Amino acid sequence: MDTLGYLGQGFGVALSPYNLVTALTGTLIGTVVGLLPGLGPINGVALLIPIAFALGLPPESALILLAAVYLGCEYGGRISSILLNIPGEASTVMTTLDGYPMARKGMAGVALSLSAWSSFIGAFIATCGMVLFAPLLAKWAIAFGPAEYFVLMVFAIVCLGGMAGDRPLKTFIAALIGLFLSTVGIDANSGVYRFTGDNIHLTDGIQFVVLVLGLFSISEILLLLEKTHRGQEAVKATGRMMFNFKEAASVFTVNIRCGLLGFIMGVLPGAGATLASAVAYMTEKRIAGASGTFGQGDARGLAAPETAIGASACGALVPMLTLGVPGSGTTAVMIGALSLYNITPGPLLFQQQPDIVWGLIASLFIANIMLVILNIPMIRIFTRILAVPNWALVPVIAIITGIGVYAVHATTFDLFLMVGIGIFGYILRKLDFPLSPVLLGFILGGLMEQNLRRALSISNGALEILWSSPITFGVWVLTAFMLVLPLIRIWRKRAVARRAIVDV
Amino acid sequence: MNLSLRKVALAAGAMLFAGQLMAEPKRPECIAPASPGGGFDLTCKLVQSALVNQKLLSKPMRVTYMPGGVGAVAYNAVVAQRPADAGTLVAWSSGSLLNLAQGKFGRFDETNVRWLAAVGTSYGAIAVKSDSPYKTLDDLVQALKKDPGSVVIGSGGTVGSQDWMQTALIAKAAGINPRELRYVALEGGGEIATALLGGHIQVGSTDISDSMPHIQSGDMRLLAVFADKRLDEPEMKDIPTAREQGYDIVWPVVRGFYLGPKVSDEDYAWWKDSFDKLLASDEFATLRDQRELFPFAMTGPELDTYVKKQVADYKVLAKEFGLIQ
Repeated sequence: MDTLGYLGQGFGVALSPYNLVTALTGTLIGTVVGLLPGLGPINGVALLIPIAFALGLPPESALILLAAVYLGCEYGGRISSILLNIPGEASTVMTTLDGYPMARKGMAGVALSLSAWSSFIGAFIATCGMVLFAPLLAKWAIAFGPAEYFVLMVFAIVCLGGMAGDRPLKTFIAALIGLFLSTVGIDANSGVYRFTGDNIHLTDGIQFVVLVLGLFSISEILLLLEKTHRGQEAVKATGRMMFNFKEAASVFTVNIRCGLLGFIMGVLPGAGATLASAVAYMTEKRIAGASGTFGQGDARGLAAPETAIGASACGALVPMLTLGVPGSGTTAVMIGALSLYNITPGPLLFQQQPDIVWGLIASLFIANIMLVILNIPMIRIFTRILAVPNWALVPVIAIITGIGVYAVHATTFDLFLMVGIGIFGYILRKLDFPLSPVLLGFILGGLMEQNLRRALSISNGALEILWSSPITFGVWVLTAFMLVLPLIRIWRKRAVARRAIVDV
Repeated sequence: MNLSLRKVALAAGAMLFAGQLMAEPKRPECIAPASPGGGFDLTCKLVQSALVNQKLLSKPMRVTYMPGGVGAVAYNAVVAQRPADAGTLVAWSSGSLLNLAQGKFGRFDETNVRWLAAVGTSYGAIAVKSDSPYKTLDDLVQALKKDPGSVVIGSGGTVGSQDWMQTALIAKAAGINPRELRYVALEGGGEIATALLGGHIQVGSTDISDSMPHIQSGDMRLLAVFADKRLDEPEMKDIPTAREQGYDIVWPVVRGFYLGPKVSDEDYAWWKDSFDKLLASDEFATLRDQRELFPFAMTGPELDTYVKKQVADYKVLAKEFGLIQ
């Protein structure tokens, strides 16, 4: 009851005309920033903090603006994934897997609106979860130590095993390449520089943006150039922009499951949207089994990661508000913004400044609704991108990609590195290697190594720490289940086949 | 009449010229040598708003990010690519100096830039969960003496980072090799707090500002702060220093700015003068407090001497702990 009272008060703050305009501005800016490959929520939020401060916005309005930009960027990030096969950020890698094939089939509009809808449901579930459990969840999240995170990463990687499909060896090699790339740079434990070749630009490792834009954007440009040379078949949009009821209904259970999963993953500081979207995608692929056409434009394959991203983006605010611990890079920037207003996120925030917390939560609801309303009519404009001829599209993508990388790090070294990686990615593609495992190996591998080493330095080298706590044990059981699941399915299929033979 | 008009015009022109000479640099820019949201970003944003508020700059500086090696990338970029650009300020911290001392800044050393100003400091602190058996710094040191492997210490950086150094100083106080510690490298103050509260580590070697929200909520205690005397804040005045507990460890984390090596003396003087005015103002003190930084104002030659001495001291420590040969 208390909670509802506070929430009502929060809506009072968020629904004031001034704050509504703020939220609208934020969602618009966010969508545009997120649309540009390479520029994600971190940049959007970092860009706006000084502006919000300079405009003298009151703290709750500033926070609402930032939250709206944050969600808007997450929304915009999907557009380049679906239309151009270039993931704007780490988390939308999984979106390309089925989103892009859908667009190639002429269902770009449907893919965009369906993903917007999925993300909305995910965010909605997560915001409800936040209202109900935020303080409780904070206590639960801190029980996750390095050992627990390590096992969680193992679980994620086992889930991704299902990605192998018909090219298991190539997928495996691609993941190993990603794993190797993640070891470049300073070793987070001993402080030793690894594989940097004494180049100071590599001391912090390969930046994610550089890798993602190199692998996807540059190699895509090279492929497009090649096709242009040969003459390329144009994609015909069906003209239908909205998903129909049947499509929404077919992914509804996916939305619910992935929304819950995404929220839980989002709450864990350090796991985040990438892990959530990857696990969501693979879980749904397993559940769909033979009935799915995952990887070839299955609506469920699009809905799963999008719901999870939407949910985890909101979930990540829980550790930020309750513990003062950022759950993602963007929330780290938001904490910086809060400190400007002399607001210290942490255990006391809910008691000391409830109007700010609940105003923010209420504005998340509002920003989400606004985004759906805003985005659906804009889809028609976005899908026009597909009709742009390659001779115009290629240079534009190249320029935006270059700006994206340079804006984030301001060194030309990264631009050269990006082109180098792009050529490498092009060769991989030509050899029929899948690229997403490279990225996931890069992200998950890095986190896994770090957490394993932390766990072992806590236990002084004793391995028991990896399975002794109830959480680690539980996750191992889940992992084992994930490993056994396909075997059971094969076994059943065989049993059915055998019976069929007997029947004949 | 005509003549006097010309005189006036001439005088005005001369004044304009003189004004130009001491004018603010064009397109001022503050490079935060890290990703958005970190301490360097905070340092840039602090003076970004303060310089405009104090009317020392007419337009706010741009803040750009150049992450890499606690400032190494930005250091090299400024020294090699724009050494004479008077409009480029770069943020530094004690962590940058420590890496400079360990030769992690490539081919350049501390004499390659013009150290401009230090604007504030934070202090290292040792945190434990409120139900921890350690009540004083001495309890911890004695426990380490008895068995270095019995305590899991977490801090916000790798071996050789400034957070590690303050842990190593405690190890030194206990008479053990810092390499024998059960040391966990986490990332930043937030992770230290979560790991402490979740019971994954027993001691956090952290920063006073990052710990305060958890101290006030009663979840954490500070065994000691590494300041030279007790801090003058109502909620911090009860936190004992390491010094008063008999351990002479002072570990400030200073934040400031440098300019390129070939920036002219006039421009350097203009910046020094502006920072002197800024650092003396009450309004700056308020802004600095908001960012949880403590007073540490130093500019010009005085700062240059301080930085060089600091780097020399760090070199001695790094050698002692086996970080450099």
